[in-house]
Amino acid sequence: MSNSTLSSVSSDPRPSPAVRAGRPLLEINNFSTHYVSAQGTRVVRAVDDVTLRVNAGETVGIVGESGSGKSTLALSILRVLPTAAQIVSGQLWFEGEDLVRKTDAEMQNVRGKRIAMILQDPMASLNPLFTIGNQVAEPIRVHEGANRGTAWRRARDLLKAVRIPSPETRVRQFPHEMSGGMRQRIVGAIGISCEPRLLIADEPTTSLDLTIQAQYLNLLRDLQREHGLALIFITHNLGIVAKMCDKLVVMYAGRVVESGPVSQVFNAPAHPYTRALLNAIPRMSDRRERLTAIEGQPPDLAALPRGCAFAARCPDAFDRCRKETPPEFSLDGGRTTRCWLTTAATRSGAA
Amino acid sequence: MSITTETLVLPASSPPRASTRRSRDLPLIPIAILTVIVLTAIFANLLAPHNPEVGSLTARFRPPVWQAGGSMNHILGTDQLGRDVLSRLIFGARVSLVVGFTAVIVAGVIGTTLGILAGYIGGWVDQAIMRLTDAWLALPGLTFAIFLAAIVGPSMWNIVIILGAVYWTRYARVVRGEVLSLKEREFVRLAVVAGCSKMAIMRRHILPNVVNSAIVLATLMLGVVIVTEASLSFLGVGVPPPQPAWGLMLSDGKQGLMVGYWWLTVMPGCCIMLMVLSANLLGDWLRVKLDPQLRQL
Repeated sequence: MSNSTLSSVSSDPRPSPAVRAGRPLLEINNFSTHYVSAQGTRVVRAVDDVTLRVNAGETVGIVGESGSGKSTLALSILRVLPTAAQIVSGQLWFEGEDLVRKTDAEMQNVRGKRIAMILQDPMASLNPLFTIGNQVAEPIRVHEGANRGTAWRRARDLLKAVRIPSPETRVRQFPHEMSGGMRQRIVGAIGISCEPRLLIADEPTTSLDLTIQAQYLNLLRDLQREHGLALIFITHNLGIVAKMCDKLVVMYAGRVVESGPVSQVFNAPAHPYTRALLNAIPRMSDRRERLTAIEGQPPDLAALPRGCAFAARCPDAFDRCRKETPPEFSLDGGRTTRCWLTTAATRSGAA
Repeated sequence: MSITTETLVLPASSPPRASTRRSRDLPLIPIAILTVIVLTAIFANLLAPHNPEVGSLTARFRPPVWQAGGSMNHILGTDQLGRDVLSRLIFGARVSLVVGFTAVIVAGVIGTTLGILAGYIGGWVDQAIMRLTDAWLALPGLTFAIFLAAIVGPSMWNIVIILGAVYWTRYARVVRGEVLSLKEREFVRLAVVAGCSKMAIMRRHILPNVVNSAIVLATLMLGVVIVTEASLSFLGVGVPPPQPAWGLMLSDGKQGLMVGYWWLTVMPGCCIMLMVLSANLLGDWLRVKLDPQLRQL
């Protein structure tokens, strides 16, 4: 992140669209979402000072352990957080507008139309009482006010687009008459129904077996190409990231610890946590009998230790790591990392 | 219970064709009984052999035709005022049907609406509605109904409103519970991230999913409502006396039971029982029918 971006944003809170042309599709600046207990005594820093860019048509993979704030970040972008969660600071620039400042009514026009989301369990994402066509047509009717007939025809085309065989009969069927993989593709069809610019997929393949997973990922990639979608892919699976994504964002304890182009991060991880994650991928060539794991537990987000959150589990931690929180360093090639070990030579400029 | 086990066993065998399944599934007996009751209510004027509100005091307590002293003139006998029991039953079907069904629907609409609002919006709306429900439930139903009836005066439509106002609480409770679990289902979340408004979600995703429970509850409430109507009529704050209502007849005939005038209570009692039982069976069938997942099995 460069300083100029920050200062321009703070000095001019509502730049005209022309000024923002050439900017990324989605620009998240120093964004924090905290969960606050009813009495206000406990604060869980689920998303803490996150800065992230997503360009049009780009695929960004967000990885991290459970509870590292990936899903909260996704829900924050759409502003559909549970009541206990609060957006504390930062901006969400999307197509030249700050989503944080939008009213709830304005956000309703963004959700599903300009930013769509596929949820963690697409198997349960369909209403059991309505036909497939009805549900695929719903966002079209809500956002574009299309009449039943038009929406229904669009729904049929969408089913074709997500490669559902014989869409004419399938539109009239109910969710329980579909297999898991089909239901998932239908949820994908709902996602792209209003031709959004950005699709957020929150672990969309965790409930699928491997062959169906591969099919679905191919489908998502094709849809992305055809519709020029930007995709934020939230996953535990680094293999999927390698296959799907242009950019990788590694989150730990609510913070982005490393980000950058996938190939560069995979080849030369800058943060010890990323390195540990990559080492934990089982390999066929591996002669060891036990799988590698990262020792220890992620920290309690309500009581983060001083310094770097990963210090307690980090093999390379030294004194400074336990005392001071590392800022986000920019590296060459558009990469960032939050680690004190980043040498001055690799930094392209201190943040 | 039997229905659940039946539907669970079915998929193992090869599913029969749709047409045969439909005819086999139809609960013929309850539908027949309810149809007879409804037709009777509609064509009461043509069917009833006598005026239900006027009797002859010289012909009091005539037994039904098959008992000694009975005559074809009064097939089911006469009551303490010499009115024809059969005619009163026929016209009573009108009152009981209208009061029973409308009161259940009024209560259902109020309760379901409040239950959905409480469950989905949550927060202070939930608190307000549920505390109101608790307070309402703490009042004894019948006493409360009598109190309301005393204020607005006895008439058939007042009874409908009173019964609706007394019994909505059960719907509110049941529906709110359902909504709380529905709210966490993925398809409701998907509707949220797809940009549906709260109203649209409540109408399109929540309401259709709680209607089943509301209908099942309604069939159970039908019995309660008809009996309450009878109690109110007995206490003189229900359907005003010359009008024939099954509950009223049941109450009126009570004294006669000890001296052998059994037909005054057994006849309306049977009618109430048949109607409530049919409604229950039909509701159970409807519950299965309305669930596309069960419908397919």
